[in-house]
Amino acid sequence: MIQSPSEVPAARDAAAEHPASAPLSIHDMTVAYHRKPVLWDIDYDAPAGKLVAIIGPNGAGKSTLINAVLNLVPKASGEVRIFGKPYTRQRGRVGYVPQRESVDWDFPVNALDVVLMGMYRRIGWFRRITRRYRLLAMEALDRVGMADYAKRQISQLSGGQQQRVFLARALAQDADLYLMDEPFAGVDAATERAIVEILRDLRSRGKTTLVVHHDLQTVNDYFDHVVLLNMRLIVSGPTDEVFTRENLRKTYGGKLALLDQVGHKMTLHESGP
Amino acid sequence: MRGTQVNRQSAERPPRGEMTAELRPARRLRAAGKGLAGTVPRGVLLAGALLTGGLLTGGLLGAQSHPAWAADSSRSHAGVESTVVGTGTPTAHRSLADLRIEWPDREQLMRVLLLQDYNTRVVLAGTVVLGAAAGFVGVFMLLRRRALLGDVVSHASLPGIAVAFVLMEAGAPGNGKWLPGLLAGAAIAGMLGVLCTKLILRYSRIKEDAAMAIVLSIFFGFGVALLTTIQNMPTGNSAGLNHFIFGKAASMVAQDVYLIGTAALLLGLIVSATAKELRILSFDERFAATQGYPVFGLDTLLMALVTGVTVIGLQSVGLLLVVAMLIVPAAAARFWTNNLSRMTYLAAAIGALSGALGVVASALFPRLAAGAVIVLTGAVLFAASMMVGTRRGLLVRWLNHYRLQHRVGKQHVLRACFELLEHRFERDANLSRDLTEHLVTEDDLLPLRWWTRRRLRRLLARAERDDLLVGVRDGSYRLTRHGADAARKVVRNHRLWEIYLIEHADIAPSRVDRDADDIEHLLGIEVVRELEQLLAEQHPQFPVPPSPHKIEPTTS
Repeated sequence: MIQSPSEVPAARDAAAEHPASAPLSIHDMTVAYHRKPVLWDIDYDAPAGKLVAIIGPNGAGKSTLINAVLNLVPKASGEVRIFGKPYTRQRGRVGYVPQRESVDWDFPVNALDVVLMGMYRRIGWFRRITRRYRLLAMEALDRVGMADYAKRQISQLSGGQQQRVFLARALAQDADLYLMDEPFAGVDAATERAIVEILRDLRSRGKTTLVVHHDLQTVNDYFDHVVLLNMRLIVSGPTDEVFTRENLRKTYGGKLALLDQVGHKMTLHESGP
Repeated sequence: MRGTQVNRQSAERPPRGEMTAELRPARRLRAAGKGLAGTVPRGVLLAGALLTGGLLTGGLLGAQSHPAWAADSSRSHAGVESTVVGTGTPTAHRSLADLRIEWPDREQLMRVLLLQDYNTRVVLAGTVVLGAAAGFVGVFMLLRRRALLGDVVSHASLPGIAVAFVLMEAGAPGNGKWLPGLLAGAAIAGMLGVLCTKLILRYSRIKEDAAMAIVLSIFFGFGVALLTTIQNMPTGNSAGLNHFIFGKAASMVAQDVYLIGTAALLLGLIVSATAKELRILSFDERFAATQGYPVFGLDTLLMALVTGVTVIGLQSVGLLLVVAMLIVPAAAARFWTNNLSRMTYLAAAIGALSGALGVVASALFPRLAAGAVIVLTGAVLFAASMMVGTRRGLLVRWLNHYRLQHRVGKQHVLRACFELLEHRFERDANLSRDLTEHLVTEDDLLPLRWWTRRRLRRLLARAERDDLLVGVRDGSYRLTRHGADAARKVVRNHRLWEIYLIEHADIAPSRVDRDADDIEHLLGIEVVRELEQLLAEQHPQFPVPPSPHKIEPTTS
């Protein structure tokens, strides 16, 4: 589905016929902080089984989009459905990877403890963590290549390793839709490759993943779909159709220096004049 | 006034001799107390055992006195102080200028240490249980960064005490100081204080610290005003209410220990039942919310636990100091472990230990207030933990820093030697490439780095001790085989990192660890191969990948 600003009224009409079972569908969502809107009238359906990048300049509301979907910030209007049902009834099907900076890494737990947190809800209130869950958590750590670090206190991990632990926690949730807030921020090359591998693995298992992403140069390599966002949804669709210089200009506006820097790297999907 | 009579009887009971009936349960309590303070491998079990012991003892002791708390002020404050924790010295006649510490004599010492005083035992049991519960709860309060909210709770509890007193006095004159009633009032007011803080935060733009300062001072001021008003009321029964401000451990009777023990047991059980939930709340509140945990509800539970500890600590430690019982043991425990459950047990042990030591100290030195001594004992344990704590104590950190300096110094010497020889090879192609065959002198090395001759000499001497260099004659050295290998490795890693910084700086400069031996592990083998190739392309002629920038001795 390709939208451009001129087609917005048409997109509004289409909103009535969102596919009922889309992993994530957002209807007319507006989010405001202290009466100042950060996201306007977002209308979006995530395609099933794809890797989706959410792209836009700083302050465009990329993280807010995820937070609003997860009810972490209040919505001024609009509705969110996860596989056709409200989020509160589908929590178990949504995996979340927050920004690494959002927690205190000095906390007295080890990597395995953090991963286990992804299963607390399954374990249930007041219940002890049993061996079965420990094994599942180890499996998740193994999938991100961190099994050797299970007993390591989290402050002793490098930034990339911490990010992988967060990823393992989301994997341990065994969700169908994953929302990741800048998993590639500040990670080393090895971690970046490991994360990409995991994302592809998730896709091959039919999971849908939305990733807030910063590095425009890697979008073509990593993602099937993109959402270009700058307070409103500029355009969304398959990467090779909508990730164009023209659309980027609409998204990033006057920040030409950045665009020129990126521009020559993405001649492949150049469109327009 | 039947209650008054009975209480007076119990208070005037001689401290030993005719008390054989109570000695047995008290011993059991003592043993349990020691167990908690000393070992603590299975914290919950032990705490449970202790609390059960406390309950049993409290129950047995309490059966002989009236269930009501002191209805008569003359009991606890004049009578108990001299016979109970005090060692018989009247305190009234001393002047303010008299600052002498009266050392206990041998007999007093033995009596206190062997817990022969009935009331010392009672007070000890109460504070040990309180300390354990406070440590338990305090860990989560500390990790959730709610330390100051504990202060809000304790200060806000004062008007609750006053109001509860007035209400009870109005309902049944003479019973205004029924302890459970007063503590319930304190708890309600404390939670109200927290609620007010939250409301201010929610509906105004006032920041958290200001909101807390506002609430705690207003509530406290209100409480002080109420107390002074009550003291001028005709009932004249209010003396002793202000002990809740500074605490008066000596006024504890068995009945109070029973109450404190029950409450502490309950708090401990709640904490261990919800440890998992409190952990996820404290570590990652947002993630907890996405998992469907009621973050507000869990926070309220945590504050209720804090309120519970505060309230049962009011009597012995006082509302000004009780927050220290919550935070100090938890903070001290953090120096010893990186494991949350171990930290909770340790904090409980430290809390119990400081409670026990504090009571013993104040029994030996009757002029010291027990509450303050408990907190100061905790402070000593905290300071000791900060110094020698095995996980993050200062000593360990200094040691690590010293080791790091040592390692960096060693690497500098090795690299300087290597670069010096490399430079010679570059000028003279006929020289043997065996690193161990050439002499390096102190004067050669001195201009290569920014070091003083003294530091260089020390580093060289140390390298010699580590069998990296051999001193040939004064000021001349030769690399050993071991030293040559180490130098090659150090230079190689250093240069690979430099190349990495040049090639991949845009990705993750912050992850560069020049000191890491396992560069492959950090960067992945492919990246390292790629870097090595880059180096080899630039300088194919040397035994290790050379530096990407030109090496010149920085001759002055």
